Amino acid sequence: MATPQTRSSGADVDMDKAVIAPGHTSATITAKVSEVVYSPISNTPKWIFGIWAIGFVLVMLLQVSIAKLLFEGTGIWGLNVPVAWGFAIINLVWWIGIGHAGTLISAILLLLNQQWRTSINRFAEAMTLFAVACAVMFPLLHTGRPWLAAYWLLPYPNTMGMWPNFRSPLIWDVFAISTYGTVSLLFWFTGLVPDLATMRDRAKNKTQKVLFGMLSLGWRGSARHWHNYEKAYLLLAGLSTPLVLSVHSVISFDFSVSQLPGWHATIFPPYFVAGAVFAGFAMVLLLTIPVRSAFHLEDYITSRHLQNMANLMLVTGMIVSYGYAMEFFFAFYSGNPFEIFAIAENRPAGPYKYQWMSLILCNFLAIQPLWFKRVRTSTTWLWIISFIVSIGMWLERFVIVVISLHRDFLPSSWDMYSGSKWDWGLYLGTIGFFLCLMFLFVRFVPMIAMFEMKLLIPEGKVEEEHDG
Amino acid sequence: MAESTPRASLYGLMAEFADAQTLLDAVHRAQAEGYDVMDAFTPFPVEAVSEAIEHHKPSKVPLLVLIGGLAGASLAFLGQWWVAAVDYPLNIGGRPYFSWPAFVPPAFEVTILFASFAAVFGMFILNGLPQPYHPVFNVKSFERASQDRCFLVIESKDPKFDPQATREFLAGLGSEEVHDVDW
Repeated sequence: MATPQTRSSGADVDMDKAVIAPGHTSATITAKVSEVVYSPISNTPKWIFGIWAIGFVLVMLLQVSIAKLLFEGTGIWGLNVPVAWGFAIINLVWWIGIGHAGTLISAILLLLNQQWRTSINRFAEAMTLFAVACAVMFPLLHTGRPWLAAYWLLPYPNTMGMWPNFRSPLIWDVFAISTYGTVSLLFWFTGLVPDLATMRDRAKNKTQKVLFGMLSLGWRGSARHWHNYEKAYLLLAGLSTPLVLSVHSVISFDFSVSQLPGWHATIFPPYFVAGAVFAGFAMVLLLTIPVRSAFHLEDYITSRHLQNMANLMLVTGMIVSYGYAMEFFFAFYSGNPFEIFAIAENRPAGPYKYQWMSLILCNFLAIQPLWFKRVRTSTTWLWIISFIVSIGMWLERFVIVVISLHRDFLPSSWDMYSGSKWDWGLYLGTIGFFLCLMFLFVRFVPMIAMFEMKLLIPEGKVEEEHDG
Repeated sequence: MAESTPRASLYGLMAEFADAQTLLDAVHRAQAEGYDVMDAFTPFPVEAVSEAIEHHKPSKVPLLVLIGGLAGASLAFLGQWWVAAVDYPLNIGGRPYFSWPAFVPPAFEVTILFASFAAVFGMFILNGLPQPYHPVFNVKSFERASQDRCFLVIESKDPKFDPQATREFLAGLGSEEVHDVDW
């Protein structure tokens, strides 16, 4: 058990730098993290049941929205010409973006040897997986007949002798997203195996022992196994790093490869990747802050973790804001009247100007308080700002997709767009699906990488002795 | 247990250590003593112990990852070329059928995918996992190997193994306890 005096306030001076509170041993880490899973159901904080209830209701809404869609077709959505891409692509990009922080934490920060990643990587990777699961629903469902999507999307040898067109960014998307989902799952599971073995060894009954025993694949912590394991894990991190950068770049190609004013910009790939990480860190903070206090994990997820995430949110948010500024610059620099109209006139002063203004408010102005340490150390402020950023990043995709499409070259084809109630039902439904999965994960899987935490304490620092 | 030839049912002897530092020293001393068929078990990766047990042999995982990556890249490029230029040529705006720059993003993703499969499945296969049963699990206190204790097992196969002498040797390495490991 964690000693009570060390788990007090996050504003403690000592805890500002520490990645783990002092006084922990392998035994206390194991006990504390596995206790979350093995404690009786009555110990689960009440509000988690509330989240599950909300999530459950929204999952029902998701099912109804999907059933209605499959019966009636995509006509129940708000789509029409000229806005033939609406909520489905907005939500796809939003969800995939949220997942990116998980891979950044688990892969890029591992390669950069950032020790503070350790206590949040498992949690963030789970978030990635569930966000990708929500994201892939949209491209599948927007086909209207997802059971036919196999040969529309994947190069599957069919009797009609047809193949997808590999020159299309939409097919690149299929490869990028499916690879991203698969590699994230592999990475997450590989990281889990030693901890599943710990859960097996601490099982309180036969069912738990058999279940965790099977999942841990018979892991026994052999030095020979660790030897290969460490190499494989490091290589996976090395593979995931270019992967995560490629995924949102490929998604941005969906837009930038086209010639539509507002989409056709070379800044899109880096600007999308930064936006993805920005939204992802907002979601990590949004979830970590309540979970850490509910399960008393302040010893492991210290103030330093929250501050570092806040810093990264500020950095990526400023990169995104730079992207907004550059879009204006490019519009004027191109000298193209359609580009200038789309970016400089239709966005800030067109019929969707309030969406654009809210976007600037959420993604640029709302993060400015993060310059102050007082804000970065306040969980309440961080949570509120993260919430605003999550909305802001959804608005960003709305602005990019809808405002660019609704007024293109010919004024005669201009029209307005808004999501129908089924669009909203599907979107809220995926949020419920995500919440359910996330909080089930927190309760049933060790959410902190125990074996990696043990490397941060004095016990884990083993020195080779030089015997003359 | 005073016999000097090992029982047939004896897999080896297991010494339990309170920390990884003592284990590392024990591995070094056992190797200096001439023992060779041994394995160490730790709750977290200890590079020095792995290096000593493996005699500084490099892991084969990187080679597998390279092979996986190359296989993915060639398969994706060949596949796209065959689909777009041979089996189902589509004339889109008069562009060349084998428009290779457009094939880079899918080929890149498939490279990463195959390399990751090679890393994960290669690692598990090299480690002989999944393996539900192993004699070390017969020792009750071995359940702490995934929690907070380190273990060193010298197998009875070792030419230098002697139930009595090895037991005394292990007990003298600063271990907490020495257990018999049965098949």
